[in-house]
Formats: sequence, C-alpha cells, structure tokens
Amino acid sequence: MYHAILFLPLIGALFAGLFGRFVGARACEIVTTSLMFVAAFLSWIAFYQVAIEGNDIRIALIGFMQSGTFETYWSIRVDTLTAVMLVVVNTVSSLVHLYSVGYMDHDPHRERFFSYLSLFTFAMLALVTADDLVQLFFGWEGVGLASYLLIGFWYKKPSANAAAIKAFVVNRVGDFGFLLGIFTVFYVFGAVQYDTIFAAAEGKVGTTIKFLSWEVPALELACFLLFMGAMGKSAQFLLHTWLPDAMEGPTPVSALIHAATMVTAGVFLVARMSPLFDLAPYALAFVAIIGATSAFFAATAAVVQTDIKRVIAYSTCSQLGYMFAAEGVGAYGAGVFHLFTHACFKALLFLCAGAVIHTLADNQDMRRMGGLRKVIPFTWVMMLIGSLALTAFPLTSGFVSKDYIIETTWFDHTPVGQYTYWMVLIAAFLTSLYTWRLMFLTFEGNFRGPKEVRDHAHEPPWTMSVPLIVLAAGALFAGFGFRHLFIGADKASFWRDSIVVSSGAHHDVPLWLLLSPTIAMTLGFLIAWYCYMWRPLLPFGLLKRFPAANQFLFHAWYFDALYDRIFVRPTKWLGNFLWKVGDGKIIDGLGPNGIAARVLDITRGVVKLQTGYIFHYAFIMLIGVALLITYFIVAGGALQP
Amino acid sequence: MSYGWPILSTVTFLPLVGALLIFALRGDDESAARNARYIALWTTLITFVISLLLWIDFDPTTPKFQFVEERAWLGPIRFHMGIDGISMPFVILTTLLMPLTVLSTYGAIKTRVREFMIAFLMLETLMLGVFCSLDLVMFYLFFEGGLIPMFLIIGIWGGSNRVYASFKFFLYTLAGSLLMLIAILAMYWEAGTTNIPELLAYDFPPEMQTWLWLAFFASFAVKLPMWPVHTWLPDAHVQAPTAGSVVLAGILLKLGGYGFLRFSIPMFPLASVDFAPLIFALSVIAVIYTSLVAFAQEDMKKLIAYSSIAHMGFVTIGIFTLNMQGLQGAIFLMLSHGIVSAGLFLCVGVLYDRMHTHEIAIFGGLVNRMPLYAAAFMIFTMANVGLPGTSGFVGEFLSLLGVYQVNTWVALLAATGVILSACYSLWLYRRVIFGEITNPALNLIQDLSWREIVVIAPLILMTIFFGFHPNPILDVTATSVEALIADFNANLAAAEQGSPAQAE
Repeated sequence: MYHAILFLPLIGALFAGLFGRFVGARACEIVTTSLMFVAAFLSWIAFYQVAIEGNDIRIALIGFMQSGTFETYWSIRVDTLTAVMLVVVNTVSSLVHLYSVGYMDHDPHRERFFSYLSLFTFAMLALVTADDLVQLFFGWEGVGLASYLLIGFWYKKPSANAAAIKAFVVNRVGDFGFLLGIFTVFYVFGAVQYDTIFAAAEGKVGTTIKFLSWEVPALELACFLLFMGAMGKSAQFLLHTWLPDAMEGPTPVSALIHAATMVTAGVFLVARMSPLFDLAPYALAFVAIIGATSAFFAATAAVVQTDIKRVIAYSTCSQLGYMFAAEGVGAYGAGVFHLFTHACFKALLFLCAGAVIHTLADNQDMRRMGGLRKVIPFTWVMMLIGSLALTAFPLTSGFVSKDYIIETTWFDHTPVGQYTYWMVLIAAFLTSLYTWRLMFLTFEGNFRGPKEVRDHAHEPPWTMSVPLIVLAAGALFAGFGFRHLFIGADKASFWRDSIVVSSGAHHDVPLWLLLSPTIAMTLGFLIAWYCYMWRPLLPFGLLKRFPAANQFLFHAWYFDALYDRIFVRPTKWLGNFLWKVGDGKIIDGLGPNGIAARVLDITRGVVKLQTGYIFHYAFIMLIGVALLITYFIVAGGALQP
Repeated sequence: MSYGWPILSTVTFLPLVGALLIFALRGDDESAARNARYIALWTTLITFVISLLLWIDFDPTTPKFQFVEERAWLGPIRFHMGIDGISMPFVILTTLLMPLTVLSTYGAIKTRVREFMIAFLMLETLMLGVFCSLDLVMFYLFFEGGLIPMFLIIGIWGGSNRVYASFKFFLYTLAGSLLMLIAILAMYWEAGTTNIPELLAYDFPPEMQTWLWLAFFASFAVKLPMWPVHTWLPDAHVQAPTAGSVVLAGILLKLGGYGFLRFSIPMFPLASVDFAPLIFALSVIAVIYTSLVAFAQEDMKKLIAYSSIAHMGFVTIGIFTLNMQGLQGAIFLMLSHGIVSAGLFLCVGVLYDRMHTHEIAIFGGLVNRMPLYAAAFMIFTMANVGLPGTSGFVGEFLSLLGVYQVNTWVALLAATGVILSACYSLWLYRRVIFGEITNPALNLIQDLSWREIVVIAPLILMTIFFGFHPNPILDVTATSVEALIADFNANLAAAEQGSPAQAE
C-alpha cells in the first residue's frame, strides 16, 4: 500500500509523459487523475493506521549512494508527520488534477501538464517519505524541477520563462545552504539518517566545529544552514522574491505547488528536524524572526497588489511566516497544524481565483473586476468561505490554527517571542484588510471590465466545482475536526516522536489575548469595508497623496530591484569582464597568442600551415620518444636494479 | 579472471584493426564512405561488447591490477597492460561512447569519410591504451599520441577558425608533455624501471617528488583543463566537429584526472599534500570564474565548454581531498560528465547538422517544432545542473561532501557552483528551446530522427539510471580507492617518522 501511495503518481507521470502523444490528452487526464485519487484514498488509510493507531512504517527500497562510511538508501518512512503530509499532498493534488481537467480544457498541451503535475506529486511524496536527508534533498530539488517546468508551462510567454528561471535559481540559493547543512550533519554525526542523528543529538550540544575561519557550535550551524534551504523553498523573507512571479504558471499549479504543498516543504523540514532545532536556540530564534518578519512583510505587500493571484501569493508567503513563527517558538505541532488547515483554504482561494480568471477570459487584474457576486454566486460563496478561514473568522479552520499560533508566540517571553507576537498580530490585521479588499474589489460594486466579458461569465463546470466544495468543507471543519490531535489534549499520543512536542505547562490564556487576533481581524474588515464599500474613492485619494508609499509596497519593498542591482547585474558584468579581459586579454594575450604570433611569423611562408603544425607536433613527439627509446636500449641494461 | 586470449589487447587494438580495414577499402567515393561507416560502427560496437566482459569478470574485491598482460618489448620498456577499479570504468566509458559517436557522424561528416573513420578508430585505440597501460613509456605514447588524430579531426573537419584553435591546443599541450617527458626520464634514472606497479611501490625522495609532481601537473592541468591553462578548450570545442567535441569532452578531458589518480597522488604523496592547497585554489577559481564566463557566452559550444571546465574543477577538488567520498565523487563525476557532456554536445550537433551554426541567438522556440529534442536537452541540462536523480548530482555531491571534511572554505566557495550552473544552464535552455520561433529559418526544422534517437537515448537512460542507482559504479571503484588512500596514508606516516616507507 505504501509503495502504491508513492509510485502511483510516478506511474501516472510516466504514462502521460511517454505515451501522451500516442493516447491523447483525455486518456492522460483520466489515468493520472484516477491514480491520484487512489493514492489519496490510500493516504487516508495510511493516516488512520499510522497516526491514529500508531503503527509507524519503515520500508527500505534499495541503496542509493555508498562511499566509505557515507551511506544512503531509498526508503519509505511513514510516521505521524509524514502521514499528515501524505494526506495533505495527495488530497490537494487529486483535487487539483480534477480541477485541471476543467480549467485546462482548451490547452493544447494537456498531456504534458498532467505529466508534470503527477511528477511534482511524486517528488513531493519522495520528500516527505524520506528516511534520510539525501532522499529529502532529492525530493526537494525534484519539486523544484516540477515547479520550474510548471511555472514555465506556457513557454511562449517570456515572462513565464523568466519567472521559472528565477524560481529555480532563488531556490538553488537556498539549496546551497541546504547542501552545506547536510555536509555539516554528516561531518558532525557521521550519518545522514534521521534516527541516527536524533539519537546522537543530545550528546552534540556544546560540540563546536571549525567552519570557515571560526569555531562555531555544530548544531546551531547545521540548523542554520538547513533553514537556509527552507527559506528558499518556502519563500521566506530575503529569499521570497520568486513566489509572486511564480504566479505566471497556470492557476491550478499555483494552488497545488505555490500554496498548498511545495512551499510548505520548508515548514516540514523544520518540523522533521525538530529534535535538532530544539537543541539550537539561536537557530530557532532566527527561524522565529524570519517567520514573523515574513508574515508582516508579505502582508504589507499584499495590501496594494492589483493582480488577484499576486495578492494570494503574498498572502501565502505571509501565512508560511506564521508557520515558521510557531516553529521558531518551539510549537512545531502548531506550525504543522496551520500547514494542514492552510492547505485547505489557500488551495480553495486559488482555485476560486482560477474560476474567476477562467470565467473572465483570463483577466487577473482586480481593477477590471467587480460585481461578480450576482454573476457567479456559487464561486462567491466558495471564495467567501476561503476568505473567512484565511482571516481566521471564528469557528473556521484558520481561526483554530492561526489564533493558537498567535497565542503561543505571546507565551514565549523572550524579546524574540514578543517581536514575533506583535508581528503576527499586525499581520493578522493586514490579512483581514487585504482579503476583504480582494473580496470587495472582485465581487461587490459594479463590473469595471468590458461588458461582453461579463455577459460570458458563467459558473465553473462540475470538474472544477467539486474540488471547491471539498476544500470548502476542509476550510470550515478541518480546524475543529483535528484540533485535539494536532494541538489539543491528544497531541503527545498523536505525534509520538515524529516531532518534538513541547510538554509545556498549561497556560491560562487571558481574555484580551484570546480576543486580540479577532479584534485585529475585525479592524481589518472594517477598514476594508470603509475604504472599498463606504468610500470607494478614498483609496484613489490615498494613492495620489502617497505615491511613493504605494510604489514601495507594490514592489514589495523593492527587493527585486535591490537584488538586480547587487547580484544580477554585477554577475553579468563580471562574467563578461572575465571572458573578454581575463581569458581574452590576459591569459591568451600573454600566453598562447603572444607566442603563437611569434611562431606564426616564423612559420608563415615556410610550410603550409594547415598541415604544418600537426606534423610539427607529431614530429617533435616522435623524436622525443625515439630519443627516449634509444636511451633505454643503449643504457637500459646498466641501470637495471 | 584470465582468458585464453589477451582480452585487454583485443579491446585496445581492435579499433586499430578496423582502421586498417578501412584503409584497405577500395572503390568509388560513395560506396567507400558507406563501407567505412559500417566498418567503423561495427568495430566500435564489437569492441564495446567485448569490453563488457571486463566489467562482468572484474573482481571488485581486490585493488590489484587485473587482466594483466606482460611481455618483452623494447629492452626495459615492457609491453604491460592491466586495469584496476579506477581505470576499468573509463575503459567502458570509452568503448561505449565510440559507437554512439560514430553513429552521430552519419549526418555530419560528408567529406573524406574514410580518413575520418581511420582517425577516429585510431583515437579509440590510443585512448584505451592510456587507461590500460602499466608501463610509463607506453602510457606516454598513448597519452600524447591520442592528440594526433584529435588534431586531424579538428584541423580537417573543423570549423572556419580551426587553425587558430589547433595552434592553441598545440602550444599548450606541447609545453606540458615535454615537461612530463623529462620527468619520466628522471623517474627512470631514479627508480630504474618504467613499470607502473613497481613505480607505485617506489619511494621517491621528497625534493624530487616536488619537481616530478610539478612536471606531471603541467601536463595534466592542461589536459583537464585547469584554470588558467584552460583557454584552448573553448576554442577547440567550437572548431571541432560534433564527434570531436564529444570525444574531447567525454574522454580526453578525463585523461588529466586519471593521471592525477594514477601518478601524482600514489607516486608523489608528499608533494601532493604540499600542493593540495594550490589545487584547491585553482579549482575554486575555475569553478567560479568559468561559471561566470559561461554566463556571458553567445555560442552554445563555448558555453558548454566553460561549464566543462567548471565541472573539472569539482573533479580536482574531489581528488585532492584524499578521502573516500572526495575521490569516489571525483571519479564518478568524471564518468558522469563523460555521459552528460557527450549528450549535450550531441544535442548541439543535432542543431548544427540542421542549421550549420551553434550561435545561441539564431535559435529560440525550438520546443514548438522539436518536442523530443527539447525533452532530451532538458534532461542533459538538468544533469549538468546536478539535479538529484541524474548522474550529475552524485559526483558533485560526493566531491563536495569530501572536501567539506577537509576544508570548509573550499566547500563553501565551490558550492556556489551549484547556483551558478543553474543560472547559465537554464539561461541557455531558455534562449534555445523556449519562446516563440522568431527566426523564419527555423520554421521547418525537424525533430530528432530515429538515428539521432538511437544515439541519444542510451545516454539519457544512463544519466537517469546512475542518478538513482550509482552504487554499481561506486562499488567497482571502492576497493581500489580504499587501497589508494591506505597507501597514501602509510607513505605519509612513514615520511613523518623520517624513514622511507616499506611498501610491498
């Protein structure tokens, strides 16, 4: 069964990729989608067996690399953490497959699309079922590849190609750290297998190693480097720039990869390595700071975006920040729980946005939307549910997981904890603001686009609406349905030793703390309502009054421009310089060309050049060899020992 | 395992027999060309099949040389052949690439086919000889002799600026090989033998090791090539015909790395320790410098050539870590690069056959007309980037893992190569494959033919197979590499005690 969960998506990907051109798009859709649904169904059984009944699974497949004491294996490891991820990945993936059947209806390259989607799912499953860091890294880079292929799926668009490369390269910057992290782990522990590492972790507290020119604590270094990988994959502050651009890909891809699953790999990594992170307080504080900063920073950028997908993309970046903030204060279970609920409502929001875009003939600009509530009421209801969950409206799943994170950060009484608390609280306010802004701009008021587009608008077909309904149910009920397992009374027996579960004393949550996120949320709603419903001209006034502030936020604090200035352009310049001057003028100029010019002067006219140099060379070599042999034959005997 | 017949000589000289057969061909140009192609293809195929026996019957549990043949030849220079776990995979790599390359020339080489095939088969014999020789002079003959057919291939069937490229090649290699020749003489003078196993056991005095090491280094560094003696390679690649580039990148570049493994490290261990920092410095510069330069290229072949130099930087780093992971990683990387760079150059050759240029700006949007080609190119590109699941990953990963245990600065700086390689490789791919077709000359370009698929498919399969399951290669090399490290450490320990090591 576990083999099937892992390999069914791969079979689907290979089928669509290799035979797609012979069997046609419809067959590929049916095969990949049904295989995904089988895998999803099996994942829920696995979830029951592993997480509820407590039977962890370890299956060794074959050896991967062995060199000296370094050994890795292909294997399937399913513990509670993996089981949660299996359920999330396969459920969302199967729903997105189904949705894509409707959404990609007119695309001429559906075979390729479904092959990539299934390939992505396989890589993601390999990532979460890994039993050592190297297989994890395989999945890690594999999902990066799939993401690259899918962002650039519409390869005729230059912007899509640029975004695809950017995503891959920025991820590679993170992976550079990840690789060094793996090396550090191997250097310190002599192994890369989780169980070996975790068993020895306690004993390595206080161990220092020489890194570059300094003696540094081994565990802190390893965690810091590994987290660098997580920052890249999960688009956290400083390495976030690729995620908004990744929206160039088809919308189902954004829902699956750039919201629900792949970008959560970093959160998964920190949870998976929690026995290590828990012993590295500085690295953990760094996780909290980056997470909290991302939550705040991305939310500010989301407030002024005009592209509906970019709003949700920045929102994703912000919500991932929440997960890291939780993990940074030691609440790994809470981080994974928010991952779980977020997958439902963020996939829902993206797929709804996709339905809107689909129905408006591929318009993504909210300035040319409006009044759609009456046109597509079903989509509106679905999106409303997603929005309520995202803004943590009481009783929705987002409310359960997010408010728990905000409360937890408060109880970390260090300065880092307090910073985290205030950042995520402000982010909760901003989340509500940008979400309702999106809802009002899209669904309320009057339609601002061309009239014929509005007349053609229609509700999505069943292939698209069924996934919406399932995800909406998750967005509403997943919070309370699973609360007791993930963060409630049963958490110790649920997680067992798959992550570090803080036993932590039970805190009495004061009422003001309990209410603070909800108050922030309400405030955000009221301001959005005031600005976009009550006084819809006000935002334009603000725009005119503060153009610089708007531009600053719209360009997400100008990180792209900054990186372009300090990394991209100098690199290009340096490349050209080294080529023309380094290779051309200095090395060749002083070396071969200088000498060649002299030799050419001499040989020109003496011999026919084209053949001359070959014979010269052969001649010199043969003379050399002949001399050598002669020497041996003449003197050889005397020199024998 | 011994046979009733000398299998190593058979594998090595069978291509030469094929060359003689082609030489004896008579008839009009058209039919002679066709026959020459057939003979070359069949010769290389049969050589490959026989060479597989070497792998099948290879005993991976012993570090000793196997399939040894030894007989009198020229006085003290004996005809002495044998392979161990380090050389055997290179023999297979050579015999494997050859039939594929011959097949790839069917569309490309139209003039003087007979002569081309003769040169090509001679080249195979000479390259195999390098890996099989157990006598220093034999090694030198094969090592340097291999350049003659390569010169011919570039000089006669090359591009428009072939004279300049060959001249550069000539000047660089001449300097290196003369120094090595002097070193070989000195070694014979000192040790009284040119027998490689005996030389491996001989302890050269420390000062002498320094000079010998430098002389060998001069030759190997040029062949690899290492920075700053690398500038001949991009020019040679650009001018060489596709088949020449494939062999140059796939096999000839590995001779330098093989030389370090066979001679520099085991014979001059003290000097190797002293010079390891130099190698690390040059390699790190090579990785970063050439990756940056690759980014600026406007010619596909030059870009891949610079990328090759960067990969060879990883190889030299891995070799001089002198630990298991580093050395095995370096060997694996050389083999993997042999497959992947061959694939990349064959892909460029496919375009050259159709458009007669490898300038990047000419192309763009090829995926619209050539989906199969785009898929093949993607796989090789990803292997070049070192994506896990391709063979490119294993070697890079192990080399870096090895060096991290020795020097974290080197590991950190070299690891930036994983970012840079993604930049230039994906940038190349995007400009050639993605986008709309804007050049009207590409409107009717054809996707891969069956012949081209047959050439490229085996390389793709191996890239992926060894990416997931590298252990068959790692296992074969393990014992020899272990012995190499053990001997090396024994030598160092003995030197520290001030007495010469008593190796058996």
